[in-house]
Amino acid sequence: MKGFGQYMIFLGSLVVRRESFKTYYRLVMEESVLIGVKSIGLVALVATFIGAVTTVQTAYNLVSPLIPRYMIANVVREMTVLELAPTIMAIIYAGKVGSSMAGGLGTMRITEQIDALEVMGINSASYLVLPKIVASLLMYPLLVIVAGACALFGGYLVATISGMVTPTDYAYGLRFYFDSYAITFALIKSFVFAFLISSISSFKGYFTQGGALEVGIATTAAVTASIIAVLLSDYLLAQLLYVR
Amino acid sequence: MIKIKNISKSFNGKAVIQEISGEFDKGKTNLIIGSSGTGKSVLLKCIVGLITPNEGNVFYDLRNFTEADKELKSEIRREIGMLFQGGALFDSKNVEHNVMFPLDILTKMHPDEKLDRVNFCLQRVGLENVNKKMPSEISGGMKKRVGIARAIVNNPNYLFCDEPNSGLDPQTSILIDDLIGEITHEFDITTIVVTHDMNSVMGIGEKILFLYKGRKLWEGSNTDIVHSGLSELDDFVFSNKVMQGLKGKPQ
Repeated sequence: MKGFGQYMIFLGSLVVRRESFKTYYRLVMEESVLIGVKSIGLVALVATFIGAVTTVQTAYNLVSPLIPRYMIANVVREMTVLELAPTIMAIIYAGKVGSSMAGGLGTMRITEQIDALEVMGINSASYLVLPKIVASLLMYPLLVIVAGACALFGGYLVATISGMVTPTDYAYGLRFYFDSYAITFALIKSFVFAFLISSISSFKGYFTQGGALEVGIATTAAVTASIIAVLLSDYLLAQLLYVR
Repeated sequence: MIKIKNISKSFNGKAVIQEISGEFDKGKTNLIIGSSGTGKSVLLKCIVGLITPNEGNVFYDLRNFTEADKELKSEIRREIGMLFQGGALFDSKNVEHNVMFPLDILTKMHPDEKLDRVNFCLQRVGLENVNKKMPSEISGGMKKRVGIARAIVNNPNYLFCDEPNSGLDPQTSILIDDLIGEITHEFDITTIVVTHDMNSVMGIGEKILFLYKGRKLWEGSNTDIVHSGLSELDDFVFSNKVMQGLKGKPQ
């Protein structure tokens, strides 16, 4: 509970004694490139393979003559859009971006760079962390959209090349009983996950004490806590948002 | 002038510094000295506000910093320049942007003016043609000099240096000490240096506070430190062979 209280106070400290809008704009753009643009390659690669594997596994399990082949694409769509793109990517995002945030802030703390900012009269938490959270909120939903598209494309490639599903059936399956609320649901999840991963990782890194060993410990703790928070919130959001 | 009054700080119930009072004069290099673990850095951090003392007050030219509201604290902090033990340069910025950083954040100067000021400060600390180098590409002594340039770039009224000589060779240490002394006199600022280096004490210690086991034990200057008659201070001062040679000699 003490840790949760500290986390809430930390979040509160991000919005007081702020710097100018111009400063934040520049920092958010820098962070967006670092955590968003530079993650596209990894996200696209992982998502394409997840889509391909999901397609193969679904095709392997749906072998009844009563089930049309386009249902394979339909199942891949539902799994990808609702769960694999936002949630599995969140775990990858926590590992790549969350660890980088915690490690970077932890190193800044132990090398007195954060103290240097404080001495200059700058709210270091707001200056360093707020841009990371805003950039995450901007970039992670976009990464989820890229991941979803790549996963469906990966599934299409495997399905058509191997002859499991014809291109026409795959396209039909993707559009069959499509409910756009799934996209809304996925984007809501992605915003929540982006906030949790960036804020928890920053919190763990910002309060690092000690030396290089403690930076490593803080980084591991950041990734672990982020993943637990993502899984927990995934369940809560599923309960809250499945209204149809 | 900076005045401290009855500063005490403890961590987890263990007192690190106790009831320390003193004055640090303007235009002088004021030194806080003592062996490792006597609370020098904690006292410095209490003075600059990185640590809140349990008791006592810090006054910056009669302005009570400890009890000041956020606006006044922020205003005072913008008059402070600080050199950290390891330089504390921002890894992601090159030398030029490190030095320019306080101007970017705290002023509305024109970019050309800022660059002129940065170049002046880098020149003042004896660094030229290093503007585009990253902190990882320069030596420890150069990092300290960039740290000093960053500390003075915004014309501070107060300069704090935490162990400016740590990890440096004797020649570079003297260079850094001289630089701190010169800058203090040139810009008429209140400088506080935390050190345990006797070369610094004898070289630039115009006013010295000696801490022993978290308490202030002695106050004076480098001219009378060898005649204090205090056994604890003598143990500290004459702990190296060069200083032992001075023992008993008239100053």
